[in-house]
Amino acid sequence: MYILFWFDVCLGDGKTVALNRLFKLYCFAYSRRCLLSQRGMLFMENENIVQLNNISVAFDGEQILNGLSLDIKNKEFITLLGPSGCGKTTTLRLIAGFLEPDCGDVIFEGKRINDVPAYKRQVNTIFQRYALFPHLNVYENIAFGLRIKKMPEKDIKEKVNEMLKLVNLVGLEKRNIATLSGGQQQRVAIARAIANRPKVLLLDEPLAALDLKLRKDMQKELKNIQQTLGITFIFVTHDQEEALTMSDRVVVMDGGKIQQVGTPQDIYNEPQNAFVADFIGESNIVDGKMLKDYCVEFSGQVFECLDKGFEVNEQVDVVVRPEDVDIVPVDKGMLRGVVTSVSFLGVHYEIIVDIGGFKWMIQTTDEHFVDDNVGLFIEPDAIHIMKKSEYSGLYGDYSSYSEEIDRLSDVDYIEEE
Amino acid sequence: MKKNTFGNRLILSPYIVWSAIFIIVPLIIMVYFALTDVNGTFTLSNMADIGKYKKAFLISVIYAAIATVITLLLAYPMAYFMTKLKISSQRMLLLIVMLPMWMNFLIRTYSWISILANTGLINTFLGKLGIGPLKLINTPGAVILGMVYDFIPYMILPIYSVMSKLDNSLLEAAEDLGSNAFTKFRRVILPLSRPGIISGITMVFVPSVSTFYISQKLGGNKTMLVGDTIEYFFNLGPDYYNVASAISLVLMVLILICMFIMNRFSDDEDGGVII
Repeated sequence: MYILFWFDVCLGDGKTVALNRLFKLYCFAYSRRCLLSQRGMLFMENENIVQLNNISVAFDGEQILNGLSLDIKNKEFITLLGPSGCGKTTTLRLIAGFLEPDCGDVIFEGKRINDVPAYKRQVNTIFQRYALFPHLNVYENIAFGLRIKKMPEKDIKEKVNEMLKLVNLVGLEKRNIATLSGGQQQRVAIARAIANRPKVLLLDEPLAALDLKLRKDMQKELKNIQQTLGITFIFVTHDQEEALTMSDRVVVMDGGKIQQVGTPQDIYNEPQNAFVADFIGESNIVDGKMLKDYCVEFSGQVFECLDKGFEVNEQVDVVVRPEDVDIVPVDKGMLRGVVTSVSFLGVHYEIIVDIGGFKWMIQTTDEHFVDDNVGLFIEPDAIHIMKKSEYSGLYGDYSSYSEEIDRLSDVDYIEEE
Repeated sequence: MKKNTFGNRLILSPYIVWSAIFIIVPLIIMVYFALTDVNGTFTLSNMADIGKYKKAFLISVIYAAIATVITLLLAYPMAYFMTKLKISSQRMLLLIVMLPMWMNFLIRTYSWISILANTGLINTFLGKLGIGPLKLINTPGAVILGMVYDFIPYMILPIYSVMSKLDNSLLEAAEDLGSNAFTKFRRVILPLSRPGIISGITMVFVPSVSTFYISQKLGGNKTMLVGDTIEYFFNLGPDYYNVASAISLVLMVLILICMFIMNRFSDDEDGGVII
């Protein structure tokens, strides 16, 4: 409107009318286009690109996947997270086409693709150990899929150069694969997979073999690439931190089943059962009893909480994250205990407090000493209540800890699945 | 990298002594004979006469080449499908492939005579069916059959060993990038098994080209290969050692040239040299 007014002022009357019309026409066309493209975008983003319906897989009588169902949205970064043998790699191989389910359907863009062979699927995989072709150089590795598509040589060159730029490998075209560092090989693997413009990119623990620093950089880069290209990423990892930092949604798996699907925040703040609470981050999981809505009893005390919808006196699992517990003087504490161990981790201290035989982990920036008598203060929003599940009671306290941490931060550790 | 310590030299010394006595010295003797006449004076006439035996050379190379190609065509699929089997079946097949190697090569060749002879196994059987005795023995075909039969394990084993080390994820990667079974074979399996093929070809071609026993027993002295020619002259007595040595020397040079060409093939891209 302002612009129109400005036009009025500048130009004479006759011209204004014509211009006005033209401008309105343009505005109309433009808004239509916006609307259309927006609708298109919305449609695309809400569409499920991959659907797994009630899938079961068994090898040699051992059930690997057990009635698994999952919808994967177009253009999302979704992570399958779980310990060794939870079935996450098997799920990936189902989507890639290296495996057929015993029962259930794999749906791609609305079509059942159970028996479509891998080479006909519009997905590409980045393999755990990269699986680069040792008889080809960097350029030819990246061009591999393009050559199979019989793309003209000129286009291949253009495409490969674009990929080299994207993964920062310009100048290494002629290099032999064996002479590259781990990080460079990783980049070639990425370039080779996305050169084909797959609709879905499958990543099977691609960062597991890199050292910590490089892994962090690659996490950022992968996320950038995903956002730039707008491709759906299905990422498999056993590293919960990796899953939380990179993903739009995380799928926590164990025993061939999905334990929880949600955003990283959901998974961390609202774990559905003891397995998820234990696997994602550190947590104190104690037995409790829901006295009524917003009121729970555990460790012999009654606490105010934010959860409701449980039956009166229902047995529940209570999760309290170590960073949500405050250490206060004994007389101000809701719970009382003795410090049994203190470790300094740089950012904070990790303190184990024995409360009536149950060892709590607390993360705090204040220093405390072994054998100190302390009180614990827990805010209502720090308490999360979960229904009892098959995992209840499996995860004890912090009296014997913690192999998991060692394993997850071990660079050389590669999962055998 | 390698330190030439006293210990290393000590470990190496038995082999060095061995190769000096049994490889280097005989070679020198051969070269000496090839370049001298009966009286021990230097001459190039032996070498100049080589042209007389060019037919034997030609036939040897052709037979050996045909035998090598047939061996490769039989051994490659065999080695490939062996790698697809269960480990226990693979071991079993490997044993069967190697089993003939435990028997003497002369005896094995000899046994083909009783199979192929006019009154042999096959012709007796065909006779019962009323089909007249076929001429099987003493033909070029029998010679090539003998070569293929005797040397096929040397083709299967290197190809099998390369293929069984092929990383399955490479094949999956090829499929993932859009290769069907044929492209996967042509672009990944074949190039990656090339070292095995090259060493198999070398190990079959070299003994085939210089054999004399097979052609004598199964070719009935009709087909004189280089090996037969050399043996013939040595059997004539010391006067003919010079000619025989000259032919041997030329054969060796020919084999060296063949192997050199072969190695060119194997390292045109990634520099892997295998003999």
